[in-house]
Amino acid sequence: MRYVYLDKDNLGKFFDLLKEDYKIVGPVKKENKFVFAEVEDVSEMSLEYIPTILPPKKYFFPQKEKLGDFNMGDTKMSQTSIEMQPTVIFGAHTCDIDGIECSDAVFHKDPADPYYSKRSKMITVIGYECMFQCDDCATCVTMDTHNPKAGYDIMITDAKDKYILHVNSPKGNEIIQKAGELLENDSEEKIKSYLVKLREEKMKKFKVSLIANYNELKDIFDGSYNSKIWEDVGKRCVSCGNCTAVCPTCYCFDIYDDVKLDISGGDRTRIWDSCQLKPFAEVAGGENFREERSSRQRHRLFRKFDYSVNKYNKFFCTGCGRCTRTCMAGISLIDTVNDLTKEKNNV
Amino acid sequence: MCKCNQDASKTISVDSIYSPMEGTIVKTENMTETEKFFEIKLEEGKPLGDIPGQFVELSIFGIGEAPISVSSSPTKQDQSTFEIVVRNVGMFTAALNKLDVGDKIGVRGPFGRPFPIDDLKGNDLMFVAGGLGIVPLRSLINFVIDRRRDFGAVSILLGCKSPNERLFVDEIDKWSNLTDINYACTVDKADPDWKGNVGVITTLIPGVDLDVNKTYAVVVGPPIMYKFVIKELLKKGVPENKIVLSLERRMKCGLGKCGHCQINDLYVCQDGPTFLYSEIKGLEEAL
Repeated sequence: MRYVYLDKDNLGKFFDLLKEDYKIVGPVKKENKFVFAEVEDVSEMSLEYIPTILPPKKYFFPQKEKLGDFNMGDTKMSQTSIEMQPTVIFGAHTCDIDGIECSDAVFHKDPADPYYSKRSKMITVIGYECMFQCDDCATCVTMDTHNPKAGYDIMITDAKDKYILHVNSPKGNEIIQKAGELLENDSEEKIKSYLVKLREEKMKKFKVSLIANYNELKDIFDGSYNSKIWEDVGKRCVSCGNCTAVCPTCYCFDIYDDVKLDISGGDRTRIWDSCQLKPFAEVAGGENFREERSSRQRHRLFRKFDYSVNKYNKFFCTGCGRCTRTCMAGISLIDTVNDLTKEKNNV
Repeated sequence: MCKCNQDASKTISVDSIYSPMEGTIVKTENMTETEKFFEIKLEEGKPLGDIPGQFVELSIFGIGEAPISVSSSPTKQDQSTFEIVVRNVGMFTAALNKLDVGDKIGVRGPFGRPFPIDDLKGNDLMFVAGGLGIVPLRSLINFVIDRRRDFGAVSILLGCKSPNERLFVDEIDKWSNLTDINYACTVDKADPDWKGNVGVITTLIPGVDLDVNKTYAVVVGPPIMYKFVIKELLKKGVPENKIVLSLERRMKCGLGKCGHCQINDLYVCQDGPTFLYSEIKGLEEAL
């Protein structure tokens, strides 16, 4: 039973059932934006949302995370543990699920990060498929993240009068088994062909704003390292680091000691860091290997479209559009990548 | 709002790769006004298990961690300790500078790709160290001296700003007296007692007689030095894949994750810190 129907009126009951076993986080409206936050009732969620300010990455790799406690004067941490309860991320978009797969690739790569791994095991991902494009900043069609592929336990697709649930893991199956009475069965073939039809229809509502297609992107970046376009981007960038803070695949961090007020000890802590900030690539003698904003912006996009492919065989841009949406200086990923594409095509 | 799940939080113990081991400082020496030498012993005298060219993350709780090159060779007589030299330039090194014999320090590592010792074997070696570069290079030089017959002709070229900034003066004096080692030293700026060469380190390279078909040049120094030394070595005919470098970056994790040491698609903490020049040639962020 890999595909089942859920009556739309039963979504609340389905949610309540999950709540018996899990903490549930989902998309919640916050002023004119959306955030992932803990929800107690299905009515608190806004399932039709433009990407949240921060991606769900924060549940796997918190903005600030204690690596361990220490007592001043010791050399070993007194304890290393994480506090977490089994959590369902409800309503994650396919772009953000792709983002989770990117951070999985990084943190699970040998030497694997035990904090990330333990959190990851506590998380169940219930996705919610986008049936229309959130806004003009998104490039999910080009990045091939607009349809569900993998990375979730259950995927919910709005099939007009009901939801289709696709079960993609034993954990997802457990939930479906428990929710048995709320669900309707039909033949897998029928539901699958219905999904194909729905996805054909939805494509009419998606826009492709990148000139280059998926297969051309890596080549475009390979030839663009010395492009003048980076200087132009660098001139406009204000080095605030917003783009990296909201990115679902940025994973750079700093490690520092958070000392208690009575200086008896503290927490060794890791905290999100940004390659856009000037001191990021500085060494003790004062030498800075990415001193210019242009080189830092180039580094950011090369990490999405080039280096990540060399290292993880995967683009680290999910097409979510957050960096474009958040940039105070109006730097658009779409414009930058299109400019690079035009430059390459003209040569 | 119902908070019935509130106390469902579980404490999950993590076997942390960020937990330092305990080291005890067993010897120190102020080498110059800013550089201090430390010999560190791990618990129960357990060997660090390093290979020349690797680094450790040293930790002082309340201050933080810093990546520091290992300066001793694993071939040294007392294998229960390792040695480092630290220049007092930042918050961490200032705190480290205050520590003395008997003090404890946290140690993670060793990390990184060592010098390609297996490839160096059977070849002539030319060591070029500028300034603090002698600190990591010393691990390899002493390794080579201890395993001397595995290598061909050895020359050591040293350079530093002024005579009083020289490190390991007595030890280097011994190296210079070894009959099987060709040694030269220069300072950028002499003082009245200095009787040696004056000039930048590149001035020593043309004078070295080397067989470019079987010579590896191992170069460690500040970024500016690499640019000039590499040019000089290439001029002499040393191939790009036989010039070995060690690059300095501020690695925060040492595990290929945190991003601080990244040069294009290379992570210095794992892909380096030692590189062949041919591997980083053309990477703008490398040198």
